Amino acid sequence: MDKYEFLELLTNGHGVSGFEYTLSKAVIDAFTPLCDSVKIDKMGNVIAHKKGSGDGAVKIMMAAHLDEIGFMVKYIEDNGFIRFTTIGGIDPRTTIGQEVWVHGVETILGVVGSKPPHLQDAKEQEETIKFEDMIIDTGYSKEKLLELVSIGDTITVKRDTVKLLNTKAAGKAMDDRAGVAALLETLKILQGMNHYPDVYMVATVQEEVSMTGAFTSTYHIQPDIGIAVDVGFGTTPELEKADTIELGKGPGITIGGNVHPTLVKRLFETGKVHGIPCQKDVAPGPTGTDARAMQITKEGIPALVVSIPLRYMHTSVELLDLEDIHHTARLLAQFTNSVKEGELEGLLCF
Amino acid sequence: MLLKKLTEACGASGNEKEVRDIIIHEISPFVDSVRIDGIGNVIAYKSGKTPAAGRVMVTAHMDEVGLMIKEIDSAGLLKFLTVGGIDKRVLVSKTVVVGKDKIKGVIGSKPIHLQKRNEWTKVLDINELYIDIGASSREEAEKIVSIGDYAVFDTQYEEFGDDRIKAKALDNRVGCAILVELLKSSIDTEIHGVFTVMEEVGLVGAGPAAYTVEPDVAIILEGTICYEMPDLDTYDIPTVMGNGPAISLVDRATIYDAAFRKRIVEVAEKNNIKYQYRKTSMGGNDSGSIHTSKTGCITTAISVPTRYIHSPLSVISKFDYDNTLALVKAVISDLEKEAL
Repeated sequence: MDKYEFLELLTNGHGVSGFEYTLSKAVIDAFTPLCDSVKIDKMGNVIAHKKGSGDGAVKIMMAAHLDEIGFMVKYIEDNGFIRFTTIGGIDPRTTIGQEVWVHGVETILGVVGSKPPHLQDAKEQEETIKFEDMIIDTGYSKEKLLELVSIGDTITVKRDTVKLLNTKAAGKAMDDRAGVAALLETLKILQGMNHYPDVYMVATVQEEVSMTGAFTSTYHIQPDIGIAVDVGFGTTPELEKADTIELGKGPGITIGGNVHPTLVKRLFETGKVHGIPCQKDVAPGPTGTDARAMQITKEGIPALVVSIPLRYMHTSVELLDLEDIHHTARLLAQFTNSVKEGELEGLLCF
Repeated sequence: MLLKKLTEACGASGNEKEVRDIIIHEISPFVDSVRIDGIGNVIAYKSGKTPAAGRVMVTAHMDEVGLMIKEIDSAGLLKFLTVGGIDKRVLVSKTVVVGKDKIKGVIGSKPIHLQKRNEWTKVLDINELYIDIGASSREEAEKIVSIGDYAVFDTQYEEFGDDRIKAKALDNRVGCAILVELLKSSIDTEIHGVFTVMEEVGLVGAGPAAYTVEPDVAIILEGTICYEMPDLDTYDIPTVMGNGPAISLVDRATIYDAAFRKRIVEVAEKNNIKYQYRKTSMGGNDSGSIHTSKTGCITTAISVPTRYIHSPLSVISKFDYDNTLALVKAVISDLEKEAL
């Protein structure tokens, strides 16, 4: 399975925060041949362990979150229309006119209906539509729908990932299944390396709402170094250039309080030595990634954030360059391989 | 499947070729003549076994609302205009296909994380949106896309729910499909079947087509407004899905002939065909151009209630589709007996 196939499998799949279990098997199946052991913990995190030559003397944990933003059924109207609430941060403007999957007893198609322009007054198109004014039409009467769908069922956008020009692709939930795909690619590259650290690859749950999965899995693994592999804001015309990283130019490496400064230095050096492109991404405070959880777990864990550039984050057309997944994986594998026996203390010295 | 083929074809107003080709291919073996007029309308004639009492024209427009590329920026992103009435709010976070090679593209928007407080309450203007096809530069995009290329939503035809169909452009491929089926059927009555261009940009094609055909009676087939939000009062609901074909009373372009309408209702009742009235005066259709052509003619519009029209997806009921076809057939065969 190449990096696109795995990414496509994950992004075309469904699992809003707290409901990632439908994807666990795909991750386990992909990771298992490349690891010593794979398990699912109590929270639903998929934890893969690949031993290094150091017999566990140094442990590096890499986390990419498996969950996606989505919706939840909150009410069913008399005519069968579903009222819904959101899970994670969603711009309501991205939701009208969208096709969705409603994950009930069966997964059924629904559409977020829009009012035809013919019935609108002149000012209406200047007002955004709030979530509470939207409905999902499943084509079923209330009676039939109640046999299939209950309050609390999750809803995800129906979007098949599309390949665009060059090595670009767009779809939903690239945030952060692109990160999970990068973990798989990293594992593949590590197969050819006699790396010293043990590596824990974790597909975490519930990042979008609370980073719950990262907190509990980090507590369990107690890594020496924790790396969040997430997505970063890709450059587009409506964004300040300084707030973004460019597609195709390798992962963003976060600089700031959430990460360990000497590890950041090592990461940039690794990129330079191996000719892997990477970019600076600044974040003074806690990042909105699993690294936030990692950093403050137990007695505190030195963390890093590596971000795949992604345009249109938290829309259903999140767009990335597949080459950046490859650059990210190479960087993570080479970084792992660069940590030698007895080096850790010095490496972490401020 | 006919409706799948028709709805998945690209045919923004002025660019109906793909739809027209499908229609001509479908109907040619079943009609006496078919031709394309000077502006792209398809005009077919089926003699039937019996001459109609008066010249009967049945029409459906082929075009759909869409987008047109107006500029390619330095980053290779495509700026666009809308073709026909599209609510700009439905464009965000959608996939489209551009040009005749159907290049895939997406319309994205600013990540919510980087928005100012309450920025989501501001509607994104067309000028703030663009299509991203993954090009790295203007030069690269220009090799694949040209200014003036059309784009339409990238939506698949699917059946869902109890008896529902979801597709793009059901306004008005549903009318096209019914007219194709009508022309392919073994109706006895002589009819002129007309598939028009550019309805969505001002009922453009229908006038010249009516000028050519000179109908005494015209039946306009449409996918019309259906909007059934739970908070609406019953009298504010224009059509009800599942209640059968909607017969027009009045809209912004036509006051429909009352005698003809009453006769259609009689035909429906005699044949036990469930029907409803189109209870809004908003919107309009090709009747507006047809009933005022030359010395004028009598028109009706018989429509399949269609939810969420002019957006990336629309929805109809198969029951309504079947009953619309049945009613149109019954009305035409009734016209054989007695002129209006």
